[in-house]
Amino acid sequence: MYSFDYQRPTDRTAAAAAYQGEARYLAGGQSLIQAMKLRLSSSERLVDLGGIADLNGIKLDGGNVVIGAMTTHATVARSAEVQKAVPALTELAGGIGDQMVRNAGTIGGSIANADPAACYPAAIVGLGATVHTNKRTIAGDQFFLGLYETALQAGEIVTAVSFPATQKAAYIKYKQPASRFALVGVFVSQGAGGVRVAVTGAKSSVFRVNAMEQALGHSFTPETARAVVVPADDINSDLHGTAAYRAAMISVMAARAVAAVLAR
Amino acid sequence: MTDLSDVKNVSPIGQPLRRREDQRFLTGAGQYTDDVVLPGQTYGVFLRSPYAHARIKSIDTTAASKAPGVVKIFVGADLAEAKVGGLPCGWLIHSKDGTPMKEPAHPVLAQGKVRHVGDQVALVVAETTLQAKDACELIEVDYEELPAVIDITKAAGVGSSVHDDVPGNVCYDWSHGDAAAVDAAFAKAAHVSKLSFANNRLIPNAMEPRAANAQYTKHDESYTLFVANQNPHVERLLMCAFVLGLPESKVRVIAPDVGGGFGSKIFLYAEETALVWASKRVGRPIKWTADRSEAFLTDAHGRDHSTTAELAMDAKGNFLALRVQTIANMGAYLSTFASSVPTILYATLLAGQYKTPAIHATVKAVFTNTAPVDAYRGAGRPEATYVVERIVETAARDMKMDPATIRRQNFITEFPYATPVGLTYDTGNYEAHLAKAITLADVAGYPARKAASAAKGRKRGLGYSCYIEACGLAPSNIAGALGARAGLFEAGEVRVHPTGTVTVFTGSHSHGQGHETTFAQVVAAKLGIPVENIEIVHGDTGRVPFGMGTYGSRSLSVGGTAIVKAVDKIIAKGKKIAAHLLEAADTDIEFENGEFKVAGTDKKIPFGSVALTAYVPHNYPLDKLEPGLNENAFYDPTNFTYPSGTYVCEVEVDPDTGVTRVERFTAVDDFGNIINPMIVSGQVHGGIAQGLGQAMMEGAVYDTESGQLLTGSYMDYTMPRADNLPNFTLAHTVTPCTHNPLGVKGCGEAGAIGSPPAFINALTDALGVRDIAMPATAERVWRAANNIA
Repeated sequence: MYSFDYQRPTDRTAAAAAYQGEARYLAGGQSLIQAMKLRLSSSERLVDLGGIADLNGIKLDGGNVVIGAMTTHATVARSAEVQKAVPALTELAGGIGDQMVRNAGTIGGSIANADPAACYPAAIVGLGATVHTNKRTIAGDQFFLGLYETALQAGEIVTAVSFPATQKAAYIKYKQPASRFALVGVFVSQGAGGVRVAVTGAKSSVFRVNAMEQALGHSFTPETARAVVVPADDINSDLHGTAAYRAAMISVMAARAVAAVLAR
Repeated sequence: MTDLSDVKNVSPIGQPLRRREDQRFLTGAGQYTDDVVLPGQTYGVFLRSPYAHARIKSIDTTAASKAPGVVKIFVGADLAEAKVGGLPCGWLIHSKDGTPMKEPAHPVLAQGKVRHVGDQVALVVAETTLQAKDACELIEVDYEELPAVIDITKAAGVGSSVHDDVPGNVCYDWSHGDAAAVDAAFAKAAHVSKLSFANNRLIPNAMEPRAANAQYTKHDESYTLFVANQNPHVERLLMCAFVLGLPESKVRVIAPDVGGGFGSKIFLYAEETALVWASKRVGRPIKWTADRSEAFLTDAHGRDHSTTAELAMDAKGNFLALRVQTIANMGAYLSTFASSVPTILYATLLAGQYKTPAIHATVKAVFTNTAPVDAYRGAGRPEATYVVERIVETAARDMKMDPATIRRQNFITEFPYATPVGLTYDTGNYEAHLAKAITLADVAGYPARKAASAAKGRKRGLGYSCYIEACGLAPSNIAGALGARAGLFEAGEVRVHPTGTVTVFTGSHSHGQGHETTFAQVVAAKLGIPVENIEIVHGDTGRVPFGMGTYGSRSLSVGGTAIVKAVDKIIAKGKKIAAHLLEAADTDIEFENGEFKVAGTDKKIPFGSVALTAYVPHNYPLDKLEPGLNENAFYDPTNFTYPSGTYVCEVEVDPDTGVTRVERFTAVDDFGNIINPMIVSGQVHGGIAQGLGQAMMEGAVYDTESGQLLTGSYMDYTMPRADNLPNFTLAHTVTPCTHNPLGVKGCGEAGAIGSPPAFINALTDALGVRDIAMPATAERVWRAANNIA
């Protein structure tokens, strides 16, 4: 780790003001701190968002469950409100990393980092969620732009994420065996806006499988999902899975997610 | 589990006593090398090569030397100027043409070339580790990158040479056994089964990374080295005699609490050698602790063979001959015992449990631009067992015979048995553990379980592995004849204190094995005193007699025997003291349950009183007996020990994903007599986890072009975890070793040796395929299950 300046503001305005020079926001630090310790990442200043009380917490807002950006995975996993509104989301949060990661890592930190194998992006896109920042709201579908790349501008702070209450949703994570990130993670929902199938871990960023969504719109069965062949063209390929394997696993995991939705 | 208090008046031998050392390990009171902070402490960081193979055109340390906190920077030229030698290899192997193996220089800091990613180029000593790291980044090295030699099947004869003085990259081309007899047997065989496979490369991953702290003391011109190491005397001998030219009397090596080794801490490494040398130049102690990335890059790796095996049989499935051809990776340099692993510790085990009359093996060892490869839990014996048990299982399938039947039919049943590959098995009963394993694994119920799996769309398979290993390393004269450049005895000293408590000094080293408990149980049983009155001291050349350390499942059978022999001397002397006190003849004294007795009378005196008399010799036969009660012994075994066992593995495959679950795992081991069954079970559990890790998920992968280690962290190197494994069913059969007084054989490596072929045999059975590569990742299994190339 290289030395850096550390700020811990207590409100959003101060946080934005503190973001100067080669700065990064610290929002749990479960990726950033590891990268810094390995000297793969360096910043002149870290602005820790952990001291801003109103970024933390879960509330119900009409038909939405709104999760503050600094809410930890463990809190979401244990939340009765989230469990009631979107049970798939508590399951997803409870499957991120290990208990220590879940106690420190946050939803805002996860989506702002936009790791290609992170779990939350699948829920954001798979549920058609909305990302709130200190400047605007961004549709979940427009938030993730690529590998570690989001629609956030420099210094912009994620404040919360709104998820539409949806019973009919499920996330199946097929874990990369070493890191236990998603080798392929598939989030399927059957909501007011129709069927959504969002996949994480398989490309540089989360994506929807349109052909599968259409097929499931006609016939919402595991067999339908399984029968959709996902092209392997731009799918990730590495030690833990070739593109062909990951593509095949998308259909398998989608079928399991559909079965889980039907079992709710 | 049992507390000491529960076993009063019961022999401690065979009791599952809780490990005494765990109290300090589990409460943070352990003292590891990194915990040692010496007055004036400085910190060392090694600048390492980013390239697999490159020529160093220049190194500029000007800017780095001026960086804050830097004390001193050393590069290869500094060591060359001081005439520091290269790291030695402890085992000389001769090629089949009679020429000695190639031993290219193994420099402490790179001289002119780097040969693997992570090769050490410079040592930066600074006030803090962070300052040393910062300074490392300021060192300018001008590299000329060279083509990397990575693939072992292509290394021999390739244009690029890892060492300029070893063109073609072959270290040795060795053979063992009777080639003519094998050829003759193949010529008359009714059937030959043949299989080619790799034994995958593994990274040891001890919980504690390597660490060292070296101090030079000016007033007596001596050195003290704290180091995470399995054999401090061997470390000191090699470092002093072959590299630094120091008298051993001036160097003390202390291996304090060590958090796992699995072989990787046997070896003399460059880092601690550089620290010792530099500590005098700096005039302050220097500490280095590997970070996990360094451990991945620079700990000696394990396995990494490419093998073709052929088994010739008659029409009834009787084994006639085995022919094995192996290419073994040495990595970039010859590590301390690297040359012996794929030869002496491998080809000599190819008889397995079978009376195959003719066996021949050729082993070609090659240099590559990868980390050195050396002994890793099992060291050659897992590779041999994999060869034997995979080809035997394949033969059973080829011959359409039950895999248990073909094994049973070929088992060695009469002992001692001289194998055609140079070992003499003293004892064993292979049928006993096979039969017990078949019962415990409920092989009879397997067809029903297979049908139940099939009903769920799953594929179930069952596989056996009947392993043997040679432990208790080793009879020094045999090892010497085979090329060992060291003895392989063990030392023990038993110091009885005036009040009757006992300190035992052992040349064995515990880095997870629980010696402080097991050895104390042995001594307690011999002397009839409580375990808590016995202290076990190890890992310090300044305190214990010259010993050879811990590896090859040798500690109890060799180190324990040395202690037993020292205790026997204590008892013999105690009898003489007791005879004097009891006014009887020496020969009439018996020692039992901690008391010296005059045979046939009620006259007796406790051990403690004899000890006190030895140190307060007022009424003592001083004219014919020295005072004191302190004895040591060196024990050199007359043979190896031969633990054996049968493992049965049952797996279930999900063909949709290729995910394989081990549903059942049964291990029946014959370790001879057992001192502490709980510790033995722990060793077997850990060994099976490592073996299944190798078979299912572990594997070091280098990019074949760049030579970069692709599995350089836990993000990509898959370690086995609890949820990957079932509960194991463990049991024992016992045929006591015939040539050591405890009748013990060793248990530390069996699990890692026996389990990989059991798993792959089960998996190939489930899939109906001839072979699948280790590690059998989900994708490999998925492709096999679905016939996808």
